[in-house]
Amino acid sequence: MSVNYIPAVFEVLRDTDRCIKCRACERQCANEVHYFDEDFDKMQVIEAQCVDCQRCVTICPTSALKIRKNQNEFREGANYPQKLIIENYLQAQTGAVLLSSMGNPVDLPVYWDKILINASQVTNPSIDPLREPMETKVYLGKKSLDIKRGDDGEIIPDTEYPQLELDVPIMFSAMSYGSISYNAHESLARAATQLGTFYNTGEGGLHKDFYKYGPNTIVQVASGRFGVSKQYLDQGAAIEIKMGQGAKPGIGGHLPGKKVNADVSQTRMIPMGTDAISPAPHHDIYSIEDLRQLIFSLKEATEYKKPVMVKIAAVHNVAAIASGIARSGADILVLDGFRGGTGAAPTRIRDNVGIPIELALAAVDQRLRDEHIRNEVSVVVAGSVRSSADCVKAFALGADACYIGTAALLAIGCHLCRSCHGAKCNWGIATQRADLVRRLNPDFAYKRLVNLVHAWDHEIKEMMGGMGINSIESLKGNRLMLRGVGLNDRELEILGIKHAGE
Amino acid sequence: MKRVYVNEERCLGCHLCEYWCAYANSGEKDIMTAFKLGKDATPRINVEDDGDVHFAVQCRHCDDTPCVKACITGALSCNDGVVEINRDKCVGCYTCVLTCPYGCIVIDKKNGGKTVTKCELCTDNSNGEPVCVRECINGAIVFEER
Repeated sequence: MSVNYIPAVFEVLRDTDRCIKCRACERQCANEVHYFDEDFDKMQVIEAQCVDCQRCVTICPTSALKIRKNQNEFREGANYPQKLIIENYLQAQTGAVLLSSMGNPVDLPVYWDKILINASQVTNPSIDPLREPMETKVYLGKKSLDIKRGDDGEIIPDTEYPQLELDVPIMFSAMSYGSISYNAHESLARAATQLGTFYNTGEGGLHKDFYKYGPNTIVQVASGRFGVSKQYLDQGAAIEIKMGQGAKPGIGGHLPGKKVNADVSQTRMIPMGTDAISPAPHHDIYSIEDLRQLIFSLKEATEYKKPVMVKIAAVHNVAAIASGIARSGADILVLDGFRGGTGAAPTRIRDNVGIPIELALAAVDQRLRDEHIRNEVSVVVAGSVRSSADCVKAFALGADACYIGTAALLAIGCHLCRSCHGAKCNWGIATQRADLVRRLNPDFAYKRLVNLVHAWDHEIKEMMGGMGINSIESLKGNRLMLRGVGLNDRELEILGIKHAGE
Repeated sequence: MKRVYVNEERCLGCHLCEYWCAYANSGEKDIMTAFKLGKDATPRINVEDDGDVHFAVQCRHCDDTPCVKACITGALSCNDGVVEINRDKCVGCYTCVLTCPYGCIVIDKKNGGKTVTKCELCTDNSNGEPVCVRECINGAIVFEER
């Protein structure tokens, strides 16, 4: 055994004046950081195992605990920050690809924060959403170009193409059963049902217990085809083909065997304990024409009753790719930005591959409009929509609806410790260990999800009202409602917005 | 009658209910004082653990009240379905401890074991609602009619 170069990332501070040695921290830490030392009659810690999930801090009955960044510092250097040095040590020790979870945490521009929203003053009245009707219902799917009227002159509702009806313009993004727990899935499914929106199975198949939530479920077909069957396709309200994921564009998925328990294996239709590896590409899709074949295979299998969505990661040529997808027969296009979350991804890919969703969305919406095919697809954005303000900005940039993944997990207790790949989530979310899954009580969790989305919906109405707009439809693509701050001309041009003051 | 029940599939075995129970019935100003100044706060709820199985148990307030029947001094009585203890009458013979089929009558460490104590659904302290139910971090302990 040689010297271990890797210091603890966090310090666990315990106020011994407050600690009553109830040992709840010890019992609730799956990383086994805390233990009771009988010789010294006090709680001790093994800091190196702490991932800063905050479970112990949150449940401590006397608020005796604090976790902070390890104050021990390597010699400073802007080129080789401590984090990078440690990562190199780790790779020298293991010879392995670095793994990470959740979204890209690197300090790169967040364009949402550099965009400001308009409000009405004097010459155009704002609307009070508490007193006047405000519409946040949206329909996703391909739209007809013609308006048809009956003999009485009334508009005939367009039923030519299947539509998804969302009571709120927010859906829960794809998180597979396997990457997240049964209880987390149940919470999402129940919340989506109550909210009148949709959650997404991810590529892990659909547990039979959740078939009853089918009308509010989007079933995903990804490169691994896990859990895909006729029965599965029939359950969902829509089918999503996952071509790429914002957190890890260009690569597939890898669910470690330790997360594949009996239930997951049955749902995914793979042997227990085996790694579930999704290939990087769909091996039957090497062109837009191939994609069209899969889209129509799925439509054929479901009798053209369900919209088919295609999800891609936001990458350099996203506008051209989106144009191809819009022409391929897809009903809904999903764009996933580089800050989107994941249950596990190689660190270098998560942190360095892909582009910001704001730029991708603006470019795609513009391209589809320029080519007069914007009606062919609805556009859904994912990949770090963090608040209702981000949603409003997304709608104004041209999105039809938003997907939230990380924000939804935050609602049910995730503390963004970004350790999902360890499969020991102390909050019962990103784990399959029965004792940990139990910690997420779906009866509470689904209400928290409903609360979050309701709160966002209220805020969206407030912001729209402020702009004098009374429906998402009127906000959609209304880029005059946005102004940039601190952005250069090129950025403003791509976003299609003016600078503040213009 | 509303009683305290534990949903076994939700109980995490964190044992926090024991600490909140002991504090709630200690009369001390905060949970730290209750445990740190040698006050011997005694929980009336106990979490049973066996591997991955955990559940909190406290007085079931049985309809047939074997403890009341066993009490030699009349310290235990059943009023409106709640089994209560009169500490002035208790002589610490522990007959009720032996009799309780759930092991829910506990020896009160606070006065050196001279009396026993038991869950009275927090009707005998200032909380007014069962504290174990209020403080359970996973909604495992419930106070309801069944």
